Amino acid sequence: MTALTDSPLNACLALLGAWLVIGLAGLVRPGSLKFAGRTLFPLGALCGMGLAGVGLWGIVSPPEQVVLVVGLPDLPAHLRLDALSSVFMAVLGAASAGISLFGAGYFRRGQGTPPGLLCLEYHVFLAAMGLVLLADDAYAFMVAWETMALSSYFLVTAQHRIPEIRSAGFLYLLIAHVGAISILLCFGVLQGGSWQFTFDAMRAAHLDPVWASVAFLLALFGFGAKAGLLPLHVWLPEAHPAAPSPVSALMSGVMLKTAVYGMLRVTFDLLGEPASWWGMVMLPIGLLTALYGVVFAAVQTDMKRLLAYSSIENIGIIFAGMGLAVVFVANDMAVLGALALIAVLYHSVNHAFMKSLLFLGTGSVLHATGERNLGRLGGLIHRMPWVAWLTLVGALAIAGLPPLNGFVSEWLLLQAFLFAHEVPRLFVNMLLPLGAALLVLAAAMAAYVMVKFFGIIFLGQPREAALARAHDAGLFERLGLVWLAAGCFALGLLPAQVVAGLGNVTRQLGLPTLADAGAAWWMLVPLADREASYAPTVFLVAVAAVVLLAVVLVSVLYHRRVRRGPPWDCGFVNLDARMQDTAEGFGQPIRHIFQPFFAMTREVPSPFDRAPRYAVKVGDRIWQAFYAPLGGIVQRIADRVAWIQQGRIAVYLLYSFVTLMVLLALVL
Amino acid sequence: MNLANTLTQVLEMAVALAAAPLFVGWVNQCRAWLQNRSAPSMLQPYRGIYKLFHKDAVIAENASSLFRIAPYVVFGTMVVAAAVIPSMSTRLPFSRAADAIALVGLFATARVFMSLAAMDVGTAFGSLGARREMMIGFLAEPALLMVIFVASLIAGSTALPVISERLATQALGLYPSLAFTGVAFTMVLLAENARIPVDNPATHLELTMIHEAMLLEYSARHLALMEWASALKLFNYACIGFAVFVPWGAAMGEGVGSLFPAIPILALKLLIFGAGLAVVETLSAKLRVFRAPEFLATAFMLAVLGLLVHLLLGA
Repeated sequence: MTALTDSPLNACLALLGAWLVIGLAGLVRPGSLKFAGRTLFPLGALCGMGLAGVGLWGIVSPPEQVVLVVGLPDLPAHLRLDALSSVFMAVLGAASAGISLFGAGYFRRGQGTPPGLLCLEYHVFLAAMGLVLLADDAYAFMVAWETMALSSYFLVTAQHRIPEIRSAGFLYLLIAHVGAISILLCFGVLQGGSWQFTFDAMRAAHLDPVWASVAFLLALFGFGAKAGLLPLHVWLPEAHPAAPSPVSALMSGVMLKTAVYGMLRVTFDLLGEPASWWGMVMLPIGLLTALYGVVFAAVQTDMKRLLAYSSIENIGIIFAGMGLAVVFVANDMAVLGALALIAVLYHSVNHAFMKSLLFLGTGSVLHATGERNLGRLGGLIHRMPWVAWLTLVGALAIAGLPPLNGFVSEWLLLQAFLFAHEVPRLFVNMLLPLGAALLVLAAAMAAYVMVKFFGIIFLGQPREAALARAHDAGLFERLGLVWLAAGCFALGLLPAQVVAGLGNVTRQLGLPTLADAGAAWWMLVPLADREASYAPTVFLVAVAAVVLLAVVLVSVLYHRRVRRGPPWDCGFVNLDARMQDTAEGFGQPIRHIFQPFFAMTREVPSPFDRAPRYAVKVGDRIWQAFYAPLGGIVQRIADRVAWIQQGRIAVYLLYSFVTLMVLLALVL
Repeated sequence: MNLANTLTQVLEMAVALAAAPLFVGWVNQCRAWLQNRSAPSMLQPYRGIYKLFHKDAVIAENASSLFRIAPYVVFGTMVVAAAVIPSMSTRLPFSRAADAIALVGLFATARVFMSLAAMDVGTAFGSLGARREMMIGFLAEPALLMVIFVASLIAGSTALPVISERLATQALGLYPSLAFTGVAFTMVLLAENARIPVDNPATHLELTMIHEAMLLEYSARHLALMEWASALKLFNYACIGFAVFVPWGAAMGEGVGSLFPAIPILALKLLIFGAGLAVVETLSAKLRVFRAPEFLATAFMLAVLGLLVHLLLGA
């Protein structure tokens, strides 16, 4: 027991082990929803809270290593917990605590996979993500990475009787594996001829610039596939709506962050000195991904697809920030590099909370109404006040509004962009500030998307009669939502503390920390000499004070009388729910302005149609331009190769014989 | 935070609160002169707000509590924004809580709450207005931030009082980059404050309105707060413009005494700016809604051009 309280790494391992045990316990009574839901998931949530605490502890502790003798002979698993992995460990713990609490009340009977099995898959998924963060050699990393991919595949296809869900799961698995191959190759390059696959050996290996760049590009492709960078984003909008909501929350909130972690680990830790052009590759890809994601999010009509595209946007912002950090670090501007890196980490943490919260909110709506289609929702704030108000917190946070958390990380990133013109390279220093413009455009459009998301689901009149029977979330679901919303508030109101904590990461990566310059605890001053500061608590108190003062003054000086009447609507009387904006209507300005982004097919009725019908289908150009031809090529190659399958035993025996002869000839 | 600074801070907010409706009245007066008609008294906005506060609030049956909270939130954010903007003095202790980027975030918060409230009742006009307002918003916000970026690059800080002080004390009187961004800022101001050519504050023609469509369901004190907040928003934007583009005359010293010359200077700036605004509004025609993106894209490009000019020339 003393070993557990001595080191965060041991405590981490114990908690990950506990997750596995909880998962296996699900198999004891696989059919019992009550056992899995009421006992095991809350226990898992407790482990998550513990892990969050351990993660915080790990951030302030020195790095630790341990070698576990498991797996193949002569290949022990090297594990290491440093500040970088601790940050993501805390994210994993804290976000999964909220999601598990929610999951305790969420899963229902008769939805494909039995609850006990689902519990196993879920907790294996959690433990695998933890192991990815701890892994300190390529073998352990890949094993954990693949376990993560497989367990999440089974979770995505929990309702495997529906064909669309099976095909979404396949697409996810496919891209996950293309990415995994790329990561494997990246590790192969990183070992640099030493044939030692521990991360220590990779840090020590000196790669020449060409090979280092090859390793970087492989990592960008591999981790980008998992994170959903353009053009490898296609699996996100398919897999997220298919998965049960807690699983979507976990995948979007936490699993995408393991890819961010991997990219940070390779770029800033294993590769040593980065090259400037890496950042100049990463930055535009990130910005384009952000813009693409948010533009597509704005036109979606399925609430979970909308959130999936919004995740793509946020991943884009994170990678853009990472690119900026690489440019700064490569040009010996360490302080600004640290600023950008802290913004990236901060945004990763924030996104885990906000996006999990929103996905869980959609889960409650889905359960209450059975609808994912925005066109059949509306007015739920009256029927589901808890879910509505807590989701509003997440929506405002992700829209980047002060004083919530989404704003702080975007603010830090903009501060970093503000100094991009100081990069001592011609043209680069002029192009970089323009990146800020795209970033702001994406962030401002995120507000548009979130007004659409929240307004269509929760506000207005119910668009279907059945919505009148919608019920609010249960106790466990509420607890989960409250936990995550509280996280959004805490991260938004205590930025100075978060930035100080993240400073440990940059310090361990050999970059400076951001000195706090003796500012008060409520004041965030990232760069002392630039006189930019932000104090969200003061901010919130001031707005709250003015609001309260206004309320009190108005009611004291005047009156508080309120009458209820029918909506006025310019005197129009026959108002019904179908006259409100639909999701399509709300997306229409975006479709209009960003027309070239979309592959749109419209079905417009002629004036003579007896049953006029208007339909518009918004497609992804990348799918048509990239994946459809690629699929065709693969199919053609497969057809050619299929020729060798003649279906006669004699031919197959001939193949074996020829193979044997060739091998013998090679050996002898 | 000494007493004099606190007093300055309170005075700033009080002046903003008191002067904002008068400024709207002045703009209306100028428009009436230019259009050869007699105007309502300049004090009419005050009378309107006063009357509205006395009326009974009528709220749609299916309005949620969000609908009732929103006017207070919008009003609160606008008052706090006024506290950050150095309209008369650059010695604002509260301004350290929010720099110019946070200020843009504050405006965005107000906009989002207003749009959500507009969607709450579920009328056709409300959601139409919300959609259009958010569209204008996401196009105007990048342009506004680019303007602030250029000013911050010149001044080396994103804190608005610091920007204002440094620009006022520069040796170089006129920056070419600021000329570009000044035009961009004016365009953003017109769009964000629902003025012609993007929106028409006087119209109640359903298909053309944006801002007014969102307020249709409000009455009495809620409407009064919303109207007051709109007036404050226009005042705030004007003061941001003064702080960046004509920073001369604002008090930079300590003490309340230094405010006394600053108040008439601010009044003068507002008089001239209000007249200019009326001229622009009278001379231009309202754009179709889908020409608004082009208008704001132009503003954005001008701001980016200003940025490039600054980076190329260093001025």
